[in-house]
Amino acid sequence: MADKMLDAKGLNCPLPILKTKKMLNEVPRGGTLEVLATDPGSVADMASFCRTTGNELVESTKDGDVFRFIIKHVG
Amino acid sequence: MAEGNGASNQKTMTIIVTKGTLDWAYPPFILATTAAAMGVDTTMFFTFYGLPLLLKKLDLKISTLGNPAMKMPMMGMHMAMPNWISAIPGIDSMATGMMKNMIKKKGVASIEELREMALEADVKMIACQMTMDLFEYKMEDMIKGPVLGGAATYMENALKSDVNLYI
Repeated sequence: MADKMLDAKGLNCPLPILKTKKMLNEVPRGGTLEVLATDPGSVADMASFCRTTGNELVESTKDGDVFRFIIKHVG
Repeated sequence: MAEGNGASNQKTMTIIVTKGTLDWAYPPFILATTAAAMGVDTTMFFTFYGLPLLLKKLDLKISTLGNPAMKMPMMGMHMAMPNWISAIPGIDSMATGMMKNMIKKKGVASIEELREMALEADVKMIACQMTMDLFEYKMEDMIKGPVLGGAATYMENALKSDVNLYI
């Protein structure tokens, strides 16, 4: 189970990233955030966001129309 | 990566915002908010038709004139907006209404929302003093947050920035 959960379904660029960033601030270092999104662009964007900010994208999967990301708060 | 000599290695970006239509307001605010979320120190310089994007009350519109690449999805097709169509009275407000509907339906943030998020994320905003004088705007008409500045203020920021964009 992730420490925090963000439902970004139905939101378009750049909202999933902006909300992810906000929510990550509430996750303690070493903790994880689970993000659900329907924006197909969020797959590449979430990876870029994590690489740039030094956070770890632990998981990036797809279930039907929903993308699921697990991010570990490192950066 | 440590850069030595105590210099900050925080990335910085500036954006010159020159256009104030509903469509063209998006790129600068999307990039500024995203950059800030990615830890980039971001400055926006609002000049000419971009300056009214700092007004408290926004009433943004799009124009079908001089925009041949604009194709609106309609009944499963894409309808082009040739220049002559803009001569029809009310066409711009119709196109604006269509665009606002699409923005809502597709989960795209409003400009007001992105602007608020930019301020929250400490994006610095500079209102061009010359444009304020030229178009007779007052600071009290503007949202709280922007500071006044000119070309030199912008240049000082731009010279030490990693990314400088003109939109």
